[in-house]
Amino acid sequence: MFVIDCPHCGKRDQSEFAYAGEAHIARPTDTAEMNDQDWATFVFIRKNTKGLYAERWWHAAGCRKFFNMLRNTATDEIHAVYRIGETPPEVEADLPATPSGEASIGSGNDAVKIMRDDEVVSR
Amino acid sequence: MKRYSVTELIRQGLRGHTGWERAWRKVEQPKDSYDAVIIGGGGHGLATAYYLAREHGMTNIAVIEKGWIGGGNSGRNTSIIRSNYLFDESAALYNHALNLWKGLGKELNFNIMMSHRGVLNLAHDEGEMRQLKRRVEANRLNGVDAEWLDAREVKGFCPIINISGDVRYPVLGGTLQRSGGVNRHDAVVWGYARAASDLGVDIIQQTEVTNILTENGQVTGVETSRGTIRTPKIASATAGHTSTVAQMVDVQLPIESHPLQALVSEPIKPIIDCVVMSNAVHVYCSQSDKGELVIGAGIDAQLSYTQRGNLDIIEHQMASLMELFPMFSRLRMMRQWGGIVDVCPDASPIITKTPVKGFYVNGGWGTGGWKATPGSGHVYADLIARDEPNAIAAPFTMDRFVTGALVAEHGAAAVAH
Repeated sequence: MFVIDCPHCGKRDQSEFAYAGEAHIARPTDTAEMNDQDWATFVFIRKNTKGLYAERWWHAAGCRKFFNMLRNTATDEIHAVYRIGETPPEVEADLPATPSGEASIGSGNDAVKIMRDDEVVSR
Repeated sequence: MKRYSVTELIRQGLRGHTGWERAWRKVEQPKDSYDAVIIGGGGHGLATAYYLAREHGMTNIAVIEKGWIGGGNSGRNTSIIRSNYLFDESAALYNHALNLWKGLGKELNFNIMMSHRGVLNLAHDEGEMRQLKRRVEANRLNGVDAEWLDAREVKGFCPIINISGDVRYPVLGGTLQRSGGVNRHDAVVWGYARAASDLGVDIIQQTEVTNILTENGQVTGVETSRGTIRTPKIASATAGHTSTVAQMVDVQLPIESHPLQALVSEPIKPIIDCVVMSNAVHVYCSQSDKGELVIGAGIDAQLSYTQRGNLDIIEHQMASLMELFPMFSRLRMMRQWGGIVDVCPDASPIITKTPVKGFYVNGGWGTGGWKATPGSGHVYADLIARDEPNAIAAPFTMDRFVTGALVAEHGAAAVAH
């Protein structure tokens, strides 16, 4: 279970929070002029990053305010929590070495066994 | 490929079972080039390879899998098979799959333990009753078998269900798809692998695709952990990593990847011989041939690639299970795991060409991909071979997010996303 450090209330259990998806997607101000492709991009397209991801949460069972979070989606490690309107801080994260690879620790993916060079393997 | 049969079993038994062949060829070294490469060695990817080889004569192809085949979502689902989705487009796709499931074991000469034991979708309030009755009628119009059962009939079909009116969300009735059921997911993967390999498909495991190469907007090959492979057609079938693979060629998708957990109980004697699914009381349950209850429910709310969710989801599932089956309160839960599901905004899959010539995407199946495995592979092979989607696949291209023609099946998984 995550322990999330709400900027307004402090450290609370994840079950108090609701998820609000990718952060920093600004609602366009010219929606009447937009074409269907651009509108679809705004409404539907998401980065879905495996790695450092800026996302929004809101404190449903507490202050009910939104805030941003930088989390490594490959390990679930929370690197930063920052308020709406702020820019994401610089953080050091243990990222996968390849796009579909695993971080060196903490991915929970022991069963997706990528054989490492030092392991005896019959490929 | 030596056919499996009772005669063969006896013959091999007399030789101490030392003469069985490998089920699929071990590929020592991938070729330098193939006519097509499928990224992802799960049920969908291997089914695609099989149908490409068998129906389109494309045998010089490879399936590249970063781990072992079937180690992703194909090895983690609760193996529920049904086709009772509301909309015409979905009914066509999932029923195509169900019709293929019916004969698949025979066709692949592999026991996939397909059990058409019936799938119940329960209703717990009047609104739900109306919705499910509507779905029964829609199903029947689309040639999908569906019946409405009232509470007593539900209990007649599944005697251990609690239909008492004294609970918070009493069972008021449910839909039944008699031809729905479960199968053995590992066996399906192995069956397709064996049949595809026998037709000439190279199955390359423990090999990760790290990049996709293009030239002038056309794919030319893949870079892998074991070298570069040239190919004019690349088809992604990587549940959980659809976005990461697509991003290698800057293809943007509306997918969000969430953990989906499942668990099994300790093995017990046969107690439930159908599949029970409830939307309002958020759980689905069946019993495996080993005797374990196989239990699942909804996704974890956060986006994550860790294949590991949180305990509160399990707590909710267990509470729901107790509401429906009070007798299970004594059971110990034995093993829990998770996968990564690619959820689409309309809870329908994406089967599509892309702006990159020769690059195809089949993903976004969310929590409902296993039941579609043969149908998905079949129509995807058609798309890859002809570079055009057939009538069943056409509603599921990326176009629908621009035109607004979404196939909105959020209710169809019978559990809230």
